[in-house]
Amino acid sequence: MKKDEVNFSKSEAFNLTMIPGKFAKSMRTCVIWQFVRFCVINIKMLIVVSKSH
Amino acid sequence: MARLIVLGGGVAGHTTATFAAKWLGSSHEVMVVTPNAKWNWIPSNIWVGVGELSKEDVTFDLAPVYSKAGISYKQAKAVAIHPEGKDGSDKPYVVIEHTSKAKAGETEEVEYDYLVNATGPKLNFGATPGLGVGSNLGEHTVSVCTADHAEHAAHELKICIDKMKSGETQKFLIGTGHGMCTCQGAAFEYIFNIEHEIAKAGVRDKAEIKWISNESFLGDFGMGGLHMKVGGYVVSSKLFAESLYAERDIEWIIGAHVNKVESGKASYELLDGSMHEEEFDFSMLIPPFAGVGLKAYDKAGEDITATIFAPNGFMKVDANYAAGTYENWKASDWPRTYQNPTYSNMFAAGIAFAPPHIISKPMSSVNGTPINPTPPRTGMPSGIIGKAVAHSICDLITKGDGAHLHEASMAEMGAACVASAGKGILDGTAAAMTVFPVVPDFEKYPGTGRDTEYTFGEIGLAGHWIKHILHYLFMWKAQLKPGWTLIPE
Repeated sequence: MKKDEVNFSKSEAFNLTMIPGKFAKSMRTCVIWQFVRFCVINIKMLIVVSKSH
Repeated sequence: MARLIVLGGGVAGHTTATFAAKWLGSSHEVMVVTPNAKWNWIPSNIWVGVGELSKEDVTFDLAPVYSKAGISYKQAKAVAIHPEGKDGSDKPYVVIEHTSKAKAGETEEVEYDYLVNATGPKLNFGATPGLGVGSNLGEHTVSVCTADHAEHAAHELKICIDKMKSGETQKFLIGTGHGMCTCQGAAFEYIFNIEHEIAKAGVRDKAEIKWISNESFLGDFGMGGLHMKVGGYVVSSKLFAESLYAERDIEWIIGAHVNKVESGKASYELLDGSMHEEEFDFSMLIPPFAGVGLKAYDKAGEDITATIFAPNGFMKVDANYAAGTYENWKASDWPRTYQNPTYSNMFAAGIAFAPPHIISKPMSSVNGTPINPTPPRTGMPSGIIGKAVAHSICDLITKGDGAHLHEASMAEMGAACVASAGKGILDGTAAAMTVFPVVPDFEKYPGTGRDTEYTFGEIGLAGHWIKHILHYLFMWKAQLKPGWTLIPE
């Protein structure tokens, strides 16, 4: 069984959801990509903050 | 000279007091009455609870900060409000009981012109037998609600990790300790931080980690869940949350009212009425919140607590408390100015105001036990409400009774939330989310109740960096260091 798919077999509830694969998980801690996301998320949050005051 | 008394020095109370002091200057008095000697950045207690930060990292002494800001400070808890004064004086006053070592137990009457109730919640551990007594944590579980609790939790966690390192298996049960809890987000952060620390210690295979919550679905968070744009789809937070739990191998029990806690065992009722038990070696169960138990009396000394406060102990404000059943609930039921309807010189901010109703769809078990999350009023909404209340009171003082009151409805404001899923500069993650508005408005946004252009969420290292930076920013802001007003609530 592929490592990414092990948890699907652990419970019925796990089997009915989505679990990220190796690429999606690696992007979560990829410093370059996350720096881009850091900028994007901050801009989005600042917009929400400015709309809320 | 007018005197504003702020009861409570948490996010809402501290924001109200510091802005009011800045705007009013020395021509009027701002006084804070809080039983605590230290301010605590509560969102970072999660990291204290896993031993990644110390208590000192998330707290600071209030006295020097208030002294610098020209704010009078009494380390005391409010006991009773007398909004009409007493025989021989129309001046309203509040009775306080000192909590500092030097004056512990002494009571004092303090007169006010304006009063803000920002006492936050009573941590009602006593609502669940075995979880604690009154507002005191019991011996069977841990908590991250205060910095002291979190430090104790870290100590207990370390013992469990050491046991796993020596080959023992440990069961972890994290979530909510009653059917009417709020603050699922804190428990959500804690369970993933525990999982992260256990994995880091190399003993993940020795840990069985389970979530238990009063939410009817994962990802409700007391806000009825949220829909957000992810990968070109608009998806429910249920999918987002379930995916994360499955990925991290954390089973979940939802729709659960924990009705008893014993040593190593929690008993609970599910929405289908069935009763169950769950064993644990380590458990952190969030208690339900209640008002702090303030009483109120009229000029003749008659008890008017029920006029000022809702049955749960939170202060009534300009909300629609007669909205009736779920089908009739509207965004406009939520308060805008946080002014008490009976006494116009009293306001409530943050958790201390009584919400008109819950946000999530009300649920109860087939036995009639209510099992639903109560609405969150913490973090960014608390700060924004505190600032709006400070603005209103400053205008009332400087412009007179006809001054316009500032508004901050949770049905019209958004919130940014960063939920840590593990600490680490290069391997940490957090779910960064925004919702707009906090309280869904199905008249304005018939599909999901919220504006999906401004409601989003994603998990990653970037979220962790943001949470880490926010820790330092808000500690800086709360200490009124240079530029503090530039940091938004």
